[in-house]
Amino acid sequence: MAVKSHSIFDPTIIVPAIGDSFRKLNPISLAKNPVMFVTEVGAAITTFLIIAGHGGNFGFQLQICLWLWFTVLFANFAEAMAEGRGKAQAKALRATRTQTFANRLKADGTVEKVAANHLRKGDIVVVSANELIPGDGEVIEGAATVDESAITGESAPVIRESGGDRSAVTGGTKVLSDQVKIEITSNPGETFLDRMISLVEGATRQKTPNEIALTILLSALTLIFLIAMMSLKAFGIASSVDFPISVLVALLVCLIPTTIGGLLSAIGIAGIDRLVQKNVLAMSGRSVEAAGDVDVLLLDKTGTITMGNRQATDFLPAPGVTKQQLADAAQLASLADETPEGRSIVVLAKNYGIRARELGDMPEMTFVPFTAQTRMSGVDMNGSSYRKGAADAIRKFAGGKMPEAVEKDVKAVSSSGATPLVVASKQTILGTILLKDIVKGGLADRFERFRAIGIRTVMITGDNPLTAAAIAKEAGVDDYLAEAKPEDKLALCRKEQQAGHLVAMTGDGTNDAPALAQADVGVAMNTGTQAAKEAGNMVDLDSNPTKLIEIVEIGKQLLITRGALTTFSIANDVAKYFAIIPAMLVGVFPQIAPLNVMFLKSPESAILSAVIFNALIIIALIPLALKGVRFRPLGAARILQRNLLIYGAGGIVLPFIGIKLIDMIISAVHLA
Amino acid sequence: MKIFVKELWTALSSTVVLCCVLCGVYPVIVWGLGQLLFSHQANGSLVQVNGQIVGSELIGQGFSGAKYFHPRPSDAGTGYDGGNSGASNLGPTSQKLIDGIKANLVAYRQENGLPESAVVPADAVTASGSGLDPHISVENARLQIARVAKVRSLSEEVIRSAVERAIDRPFLGIGGEAGVNVLKLNLELETLAQKKP
Amino acid sequence: MNQSGWLQLILYVVLLVLITKPLGLYLYQVLDVNGRTFLDPVIRPIENITYRFIRIDARKEQGWILYTASMLLFSAVTAIFTYVLLRYQNLLPLNPQNMPAVVDHLAFNTAFSFTTNTNWQSYSGESTMSYLSQMLALVCHNFFSAAIGIAIAAAVVRGIVRHSSQTIGNFWVDLVRINLYLLLPICIIYAVFLVAQGIPQNFKPYDTAKVVEAQTVQVPKKDDAGNPVKDAKGNVIMVDQKVDTQSIVQGPIASQIAIKMLGTNGGGYTNANAAHPFENPTPLSNLIQMLSIFAIPSALTYYFGRMTKNQKHGWTVWGTMAILFVAGTLVCWAAESGGNPMVQHLGVDASGGNMEGKEVRFGIFNSALFATITTDASCGAVNAMHDSFTPLGGFVPLFNIQLGEIVFGGVGSGLYGMILFIVLAVFIAGLMVGRTPEYFGKKIESYDVKMASIAILLMAFSILGFSGWAALTPWGQAGVNNNGPHGLSEIFYAYSSCTGNNGSAFAGLTANPSNNDPHYDITLAFATLIGRYGIIIPVMALAGSLGRKKLVATGAGTFPVTGPLFIILLIGTILLVGALTFLPALTLTPILEHFLMLNGKLF
Repeated sequence: MAVKSHSIFDPTIIVPAIGDSFRKLNPISLAKNPVMFVTEVGAAITTFLIIAGHGGNFGFQLQICLWLWFTVLFANFAEAMAEGRGKAQAKALRATRTQTFANRLKADGTVEKVAANHLRKGDIVVVSANELIPGDGEVIEGAATVDESAITGESAPVIRESGGDRSAVTGGTKVLSDQVKIEITSNPGETFLDRMISLVEGATRQKTPNEIALTILLSALTLIFLIAMMSLKAFGIASSVDFPISVLVALLVCLIPTTIGGLLSAIGIAGIDRLVQKNVLAMSGRSVEAAGDVDVLLLDKTGTITMGNRQATDFLPAPGVTKQQLADAAQLASLADETPEGRSIVVLAKNYGIRARELGDMPEMTFVPFTAQTRMSGVDMNGSSYRKGAADAIRKFAGGKMPEAVEKDVKAVSSSGATPLVVASKQTILGTILLKDIVKGGLADRFERFRAIGIRTVMITGDNPLTAAAIAKEAGVDDYLAEAKPEDKLALCRKEQQAGHLVAMTGDGTNDAPALAQADVGVAMNTGTQAAKEAGNMVDLDSNPTKLIEIVEIGKQLLITRGALTTFSIANDVAKYFAIIPAMLVGVFPQIAPLNVMFLKSPESAILSAVIFNALIIIALIPLALKGVRFRPLGAARILQRNLLIYGAGGIVLPFIGIKLIDMIISAVHLA
Repeated sequence: MKIFVKELWTALSSTVVLCCVLCGVYPVIVWGLGQLLFSHQANGSLVQVNGQIVGSELIGQGFSGAKYFHPRPSDAGTGYDGGNSGASNLGPTSQKLIDGIKANLVAYRQENGLPESAVVPADAVTASGSGLDPHISVENARLQIARVAKVRSLSEEVIRSAVERAIDRPFLGIGGEAGVNVLKLNLELETLAQKKP
Repeated sequence: MNQSGWLQLILYVVLLVLITKPLGLYLYQVLDVNGRTFLDPVIRPIENITYRFIRIDARKEQGWILYTASMLLFSAVTAIFTYVLLRYQNLLPLNPQNMPAVVDHLAFNTAFSFTTNTNWQSYSGESTMSYLSQMLALVCHNFFSAAIGIAIAAAVVRGIVRHSSQTIGNFWVDLVRINLYLLLPICIIYAVFLVAQGIPQNFKPYDTAKVVEAQTVQVPKKDDAGNPVKDAKGNVIMVDQKVDTQSIVQGPIASQIAIKMLGTNGGGYTNANAAHPFENPTPLSNLIQMLSIFAIPSALTYYFGRMTKNQKHGWTVWGTMAILFVAGTLVCWAAESGGNPMVQHLGVDASGGNMEGKEVRFGIFNSALFATITTDASCGAVNAMHDSFTPLGGFVPLFNIQLGEIVFGGVGSGLYGMILFIVLAVFIAGLMVGRTPEYFGKKIESYDVKMASIAILLMAFSILGFSGWAALTPWGQAGVNNNGPHGLSEIFYAYSSCTGNNGSAFAGLTANPSNNDPHYDITLAFATLIGRYGIIIPVMALAGSLGRKKLVATGAGTFPVTGPLFIILLIGTILLVGALTFLPALTLTPILEHFLMLNGKLF
């Protein structure tokens, strides 16, 4: 893809993010985030107290106040960084939209030149070779090769033609040959790219369901700590210890979950951002989250599990025929066959020392195309005719007789799930070509990983059950649906959902659209029809159906990152409590000194260290928030155990060390 | 509204029915069974001497005379007030608590002829939760034996065996703590005194 | 911490395990309208007549809103009933001691306190309540509030178990069945056992004993109007008084004690509660009483496992509770047997531990164990005075209450309180495994998190808000019995206890002062209401929401809610939420007092 992952330390992102951090101090926008809003109010109160001249130790108060502001700024910075990275992606995407004009077809058939951003839905444009396609649309007339590398990064041109499932084109891609008429399908600002850009830029970002639930929990915790501080003040007065407001604010900010509160939106944006890096456009943050919940994947066999088409893998000669002879005949029979199967036969034949032949070399040859009636194809030349095709068709062609051995081969091949093609020259049956679906490499491993995390894979294929079973076994899917008609996809999707599963699927054809809409996560191929793209909630620019797997991982990673940092944030409180509370009391009740388990230098340095740690941890965790917690294909119990250990237990221990270190530093430099 | 009236009727009528069963039938059944099977306990485990109720086996009583074993300090009313169970409710950092314990210590050591440095059982100088604790610890009772024996002109051996007999032991040997029932013990001492002439 | 203590602790836990399954299976039948029990021949006819009389169709279920509304209506009716009875007890029968009418704010406090299963007592029973008030106005709530707690727990469990369902049971059916099949039969046997142990059960007036040795006591001199006379310095003048009688409390005590323990009510017949020899005469009665506090809450975890068809989950919840229970017991026991160094310094035997406010027959271990149990559950009966515990010994009951009494907890309320924490734990942990959190196939969504949060928030607000307020006011400070941090602990404990519907106290606090200041009575009554209905309503909303949800398939991607990992997670959630909420305030109360005690500071 054109868009590359940006380094965390990319200055072109950091510098504007710093500016944005200050802009985001606006309390109205910050109010969306209750935790940080409370922090900002706390910072404002301490500022006011300093200006009003309340409280004794000016240097201490000032430092507390500054670090409280830093806490807010750091949280803003995290969000700004995530947005900045998103914007950088968006900018790269936008670069594909430099098109300035389009040839719009007027009602009277004449063509006018208009600016691309004036095109409306329903407009028809003509695009010729070496012109950029001005907007998302559908080819309604003609066919052309299109260079989509600007979007997919794939340099090989693709064919786009009217009708069928290869009609959709994306704005910003380039027509290499021929001329097509395109009907524009979206208004300016509403294209997929536009929607995606606004999603990463945060303009239309809405909180996802899980994010809302988490925000509620964090707000509740914040409220609890607020009342805890108020009661502490009251108890203090009753015990003749008057806690300074600034210290109470410091304690409050340390105890409320500022770490997760500050990083929450950054995590969400970064999740979408990671999808973009994988060349997937999500239509909402919600769908990314849903991807993490998916536990059933419906996968089309063709294109997802197997390499698009069957390929010849072996020649099985008839008795008395050598492999060489069979290969030679097979190649001749396939020379004019432009289908992938045909080509694979030519390629395989080369392995048997058959030299490559070109159609042009043999002008005397006549091509006999495949028809539904004959169910075979081949060539006639020099009086001899070569045919390949289904066994019964060839038998008829050869006069109704077939050697016993060939019959046996045909049966064996069929029952193994592969497809037999029989080759005949005139009335002589020469042997069988073994055509096999080639399962993509590495799939079995991936499906194994899915099984480990509780995701079931279901293959959908139009093949007969025998073939389907064989491929399913080879690919390692959990289940398959054979002889599936397009409408069966929808039915299967519904059935799985009724059983309580969350379903993800890919699709490209118009008849996939209902199922894509029904699925919890529907990933449309960019090469697919407009209808499919509208129905799904994600578009894969690479049109790589295997991408589903990565999408699910990104969804899970997003949720894990949120959960892990929430746990970490809450666990952190233990150390902060031990830092601040003894410090608040030790002045009046020196007996409480043993509670200062970290042996912090002085009450001031203790409080300051906790506040500084609380602020710095946000910065320290920005890379984790943006990159996400690494996802491992383990069972839920193992993942939980691991994350509880790292973020729960680690979250308790780490701040003890951190606060102690900060305390040593600030005592050494006499800040407190 | 209709549903409210219906529910209100159910609430009122169920209150009546359940109260009859749970607050009428139930205590009466227990009363009947209790009086039938365990009438002594059901009526307060009363101790009578010559037809006169002198107390309950279960309720502690105040004793201050030198010839009696002394119960624990009590905060029930003015001390062992059966109608006013209660405790000092003084916390561990209470000056009043420490002062009280100090005074109790001095008195206890003095009464029993113990040296200044003698370590005194905790129950002897602290008030119980009910203020009606019928027991003292075995150790506490043993420290009082010499005094009682001396005042009553009985051998310490006799008193010691009386104390042993008055010990309520833990059930199964582990449930709860052993304690000497002070009222029972003192009543036994009175019978001993009558026998002796 | 002696060997006999360890043996008793093991004995207790073993007995608890032994009763959990049979009682749980029995509950499974009782809480199902079509359930069958061996008592059917006797009780079924009474049950059916009751349904006819109260005009309900036992087969018709209610949605969560109607269920909750019925419960609230019933609670309101019975609270008013109790208020009226107390206000007019002087005019009603069964009042051999001629107790006067209960004053308005005390009656208000008592009515709500008992309705909410709190049984906070601003009065001392033997000198305030008539027999009728005890056995009708108060005891009825011991049954009702216990039954309501169990009913709500059952409804919540049904919500968890059901899916795509609009109803979660019928409140009236649950109420009737729990009372008739569960509480009543157990109580009859239990109460007779208690009589055998020495608890009186009669309707005769208090006896007057002629004491063996008349005592001379000092009492304040009073003028003709009954006011104490003071000398020039303002000190009360004391005069000698001869005491030659002792009043022996009588009445229907055993029947009240049985349900007070079994229903985790805890409201005592006497002021000293289970420390009083008539409420808890022997170590054996003490053991059985402690067992009866945890019996139903423990059995409910088995019921929960049975209902969810995941018995392991039931035992996991049980295990979580057991671990927190044993940990609390050990801390409390260690602190109490360690005693008060200042007292030991004076020459008191250190091996005796802290005996102030404790009974000899229970000793240190059984007092610490009872204190832990009564506050793990929402019982609140006490067999030793928590106010006189060492700071850390007193910290355990206080903290237990503040955790929400979910360690076995009150009958029913322990389970539904624990479910709140489970929902939160599942939510946080669910995110950590990368799936929208789910519990028994129900997605935990923002509505559910909101309800769980509201419940926990309200509890924190009530405890911290009221305590903070009282600590700053003259009426609040006037009530305390101790100076320094301990006095503050008394206030903190009072609002924690009432909000937690516990009812135990740092009993030095005078909530119903002689000047009739109503502040404590009223605020504590509101705390009981918030603590009860502020939890029940959100929990029921949560149950309704869970019951309506569609089932999500569970698989390897769903983390298991059983086993040690989940126990750790759940304990972590409970301790962090509980600790972080209350530790700041606790630091100024028992924790500070602990360090002051070690340093010999007195107030």
